[in-house]
Amino acid sequence: MKDIKVLGTGCANCRNTIKLIEEVAAARGVAITLTKVEELPEIMKYGVMSTPGVVVDGKVVHAGGIPDRSKIAGWF
Amino acid sequence: MHKLNQKMNTSTLAEPKPLSLSAWIAGLLVGAVLWVLAYSQLTNFADAVIGLLGLSHGNHLGEAVHFFFYDTPKVLLLLTGIVFFMGVIQTFFSPERTRALLSGKRVGVGNVLAASLGIVTPFCSCSAIPLFIGFLSAGVPLGVTFSFLISAPMVNEVALALLFGMFGWKVAALYLGLGLFVAIISGLIIGKLKMERYLEDWVQAIHAGEAPERAGETWTWLERFQAGGRHVKEIVGKVWPYIMGGIAIGAAIHGYVPQDFMASIMGKDAPWWSLPVAVAMGVPMYTNAAGVIPIVEALIGKGAALGTVLAFMMSVIALSLPEMVILRKVLRIPLIATFVGVVASGILLVGYVFNSVL
Repeated sequence: MKDIKVLGTGCANCRNTIKLIEEVAAARGVAITLTKVEELPEIMKYGVMSTPGVVVDGKVVHAGGIPDRSKIAGWF
Repeated sequence: MHKLNQKMNTSTLAEPKPLSLSAWIAGLLVGAVLWVLAYSQLTNFADAVIGLLGLSHGNHLGEAVHFFFYDTPKVLLLLTGIVFFMGVIQTFFSPERTRALLSGKRVGVGNVLAASLGIVTPFCSCSAIPLFIGFLSAGVPLGVTFSFLISAPMVNEVALALLFGMFGWKVAALYLGLGLFVAIISGLIIGKLKMERYLEDWVQAIHAGEAPERAGETWTWLERFQAGGRHVKEIVGKVWPYIMGGIAIGAAIHGYVPQDFMASIMGKDAPWWSLPVAVAMGVPMYTNAAGVIPIVEALIGKGAALGTVLAFMMSVIALSLPEMVILRKVLRIPLIATFVGVVASGILLVGYVFNSVL
């Protein structure tokens, strides 16, 4: 079970990132728990400066823009 | 486990194969040739369109339609070219690297550097706040941070590309220089006023050095080209409705507003208050450079003064109500008011200087 958090204040890119991660996870048959982190102080704790940011099992793996499909696949 | 592996293999096969580096280079060369060809045929294309529609030059509708079919492909071509180029350039800069460059810089040098980095650092207004806090927490002074935040949206590639295409390199260069000037001076003033106490409490509580370092990403040229392609998809995909809207309004002004109508209101000999009114009108208007420049072009065609129109444009892009609502999450009202006041004064100054020099 991968614990994935998407950091972002709810812009279009953040929503697309979440959709994409769900798609890739479903295609790979990987079980994940996906949480949205929308509170600014919470986001800032991860030290991310450009949203959307992605945190996998507590580690920041991506910041800024929608991640590539292949990049997402690499996290699983 | 075995089953999972199989699944992974099939889904990898199903995904489109990414282009190789040589395919990218070949594609870019062909694209560049087609781009130049298309750009050289813009007038012929618009003439052909109004010919097909049975319209002619010299009447209102014909002029408006010609404007629309000349400007739309022109703007889209310029935008695609520059946005791709900037997408590649931006892979050399990241907010993290910019922050590292700015951290601990003196006021003054720091402001100049921040405003300049604002042009090339990837920036989206939706991440303005994380960026703002990220800068402050790494010890970038408040005034230097503001120089960056003012320059990043105002002096951007979309604005410069469009100004270059419509008014030539001199106007684009002036806009670049004056935009940097406003960003640097405004940041210096905000820094001088020592307004750190007007940050929201939770922002002040984030102490310097808390942000963990992320390993810098290394890019191959293939990835840089791919980033350019994504940038085009993202930016052009987002701004084209604004552009069409802007060009449609511009076309209506071009075709139907009488010649020199604007001269008395926004022209060189207009009363002194026309400039502040133009700037004030720009604040509640929220669009990006792509939407406002076709309007600017049409206004200038009707006798509006360049300084007044550029000031209007800067105000539309740099000062917007939605942005202030977002900033309110981290700044208290006095700091937001100062920010707006200082930037608006800078823009006014630019407008007056422009109008008196040209």
